[in-house]
Amino acid sequence: MTDEQPSVTMTSMERVFTTMGHQEPDRVPFFLLLTMHGAKELGLTIQEYFSKAEYVVEGQLRMRRKYGHDCLNPFGYTAMEPEAFGGEVIWFEDGPPNCGEPIIKTEQDILSLQAPEIYSTPCLVRMLDIIQSLKEKAKGAVPVMGTVVSPFSLPIMQMGFPAYIELMHERPDLFQHLMKVNQEFCVAWANAQIRAGVTAVCYFDPLTSPTMTAPGTHLTAGFRIARETLARIQSPTAIHMASGKTLAVLDDIAATGTAAIGVSVMEDLAELKQACRGRLTVLGNLNGVEMRRWTPQQTEDKVREAIRKAGAGGGFILADNHGEIPWQVSEEVLMAISEVVHRWGTYPLRDLYT
Amino acid sequence: MISENKEVLELVDQLVRVDRLGAEKIFNAVREQTSMSRTVDHLILPALEIIGRGWEEGTVALAQVYMSSRICEELMAHAPPSSSLKHPDHPPMAIAVLEDYHLLGKIIISSCLRAGGYVFHDYGRVTPHELAKKVRDDSIEIVLISTLMLRSALQVKEVKRLLVEAGSSTRIVVGGAPFRFDPLLWKEVGADAMGANAVEAIAAITSCVKGNTK
Repeated sequence: MTDEQPSVTMTSMERVFTTMGHQEPDRVPFFLLLTMHGAKELGLTIQEYFSKAEYVVEGQLRMRRKYGHDCLNPFGYTAMEPEAFGGEVIWFEDGPPNCGEPIIKTEQDILSLQAPEIYSTPCLVRMLDIIQSLKEKAKGAVPVMGTVVSPFSLPIMQMGFPAYIELMHERPDLFQHLMKVNQEFCVAWANAQIRAGVTAVCYFDPLTSPTMTAPGTHLTAGFRIARETLARIQSPTAIHMASGKTLAVLDDIAATGTAAIGVSVMEDLAELKQACRGRLTVLGNLNGVEMRRWTPQQTEDKVREAIRKAGAGGGFILADNHGEIPWQVSEEVLMAISEVVHRWGTYPLRDLYT
Repeated sequence: MISENKEVLELVDQLVRVDRLGAEKIFNAVREQTSMSRTVDHLILPALEIIGRGWEEGTVALAQVYMSSRICEELMAHAPPSSSLKHPDHPPMAIAVLEDYHLLGKIIISSCLRAGGYVFHDYGRVTPHELAKKVRDDSIEIVLISTLMLRSALQVKEVKRLLVEAGSSTRIVVGGAPFRFDPLLWKEVGADAMGANAVEAIAAITSCVKGNTK
């Protein structure tokens, strides 16, 4: 698998690693973090699509051929990790599957919580099969992105956000126990994905955004857990806060040793890029919710604005700001994003004000 | 009479530090000087407004908003009965979450409404059909709908369609992440107003009561 664009000279892998080395590659790399859209490609329901590894592999390959973006994304759905812990998944025809009822309802549920055994848990094995196959097809030319939910953020789905906030404030002993179980799982799950062939792991941790958790005891705990966990993950990592703000905690993020940060559309991309320059690659920050109704002109304006604000000097990967493009975003918009990046994202960057 | 918002700022400080006893002390001190309705108007709601605005501005975290609203709800629950509250005569209201187990937003709004003296039905997690039926059965005039996912936000269209089809003129107030990320979405789904936080939700209710919506 190679790039189809005649004007570019690097493979996606070279392009991404050059920008992550804070140098300018041949053009701005862009990640269309597409999950469910593969089902449209194959004419399947979302549930059918995620039921077999070969469907997701084929969907990812078709979408990369169509849009020419710079990664393959074996990730299926956020509810998968709670599913691995025994939770229910609720499927929809037109959106991502959701977590069912929380699996943790009592103190005893926390004390008896066991991390799932990765190689005997069907949903996890399926994702490993997807990774392995995508790695083979990519032949080293395209990054395959792994994904884990952080130990600190996973309880939002394991027990519900309100109960988790109260646990953090009122039962530090149980909080510590839960973190220990989740951390062991997170490390094992990330490293299993690396053994299967991912190039890097995205550590989804919305709760360490100051949008969600106040500076102080709990945010400090979130970053301590991130530092400890990422140190045991045997590949480069990116932290993603799923639309949460990051500017105020960039020093904490950099101190985790991660290489990249997914940033929010709620903050100024130029300011973020300036603060990250030379130490963190910026991943973002197109508004996925608004993207659904963008016209071709709006798409061009938004993509050019992002490149103008963050493209210079490398250290930038264009992507949406949430880490998953909504089902309702059309093929036309995705094609338009791709065309604008190929037209305006070639280094050296042209004057993007014109 | 509450002086110079000093108590409000002190209450905000206790709430964001999740100091229940500290918050209770301020609440009781004010309550001893004035009526419950004035305590709500001049202490509880202004404090929650400052905290909600802090979240919008990035100085307060969502976890603090949640804990603050729960503490205020608890303070009100231990206060004298609702006969002394300010809003017993507002039209029938309800709150619900569409097809989602993420109930945080609904709980925050519910807590703030109760702390503000509002009485309403809590329908929990419902489908559009269940919600439309409950709204009709209870003759609800204002329904607040909280959503987390874009898909759920778009389901408000279906709620609106079902209500219109049934001849209902119930006003719909929406809130939640998708509406924060796309400021035009509330109009697209046929809502009458959007509340980005609890205080905006209360303002939207007030507008609905007056027959105005933004």
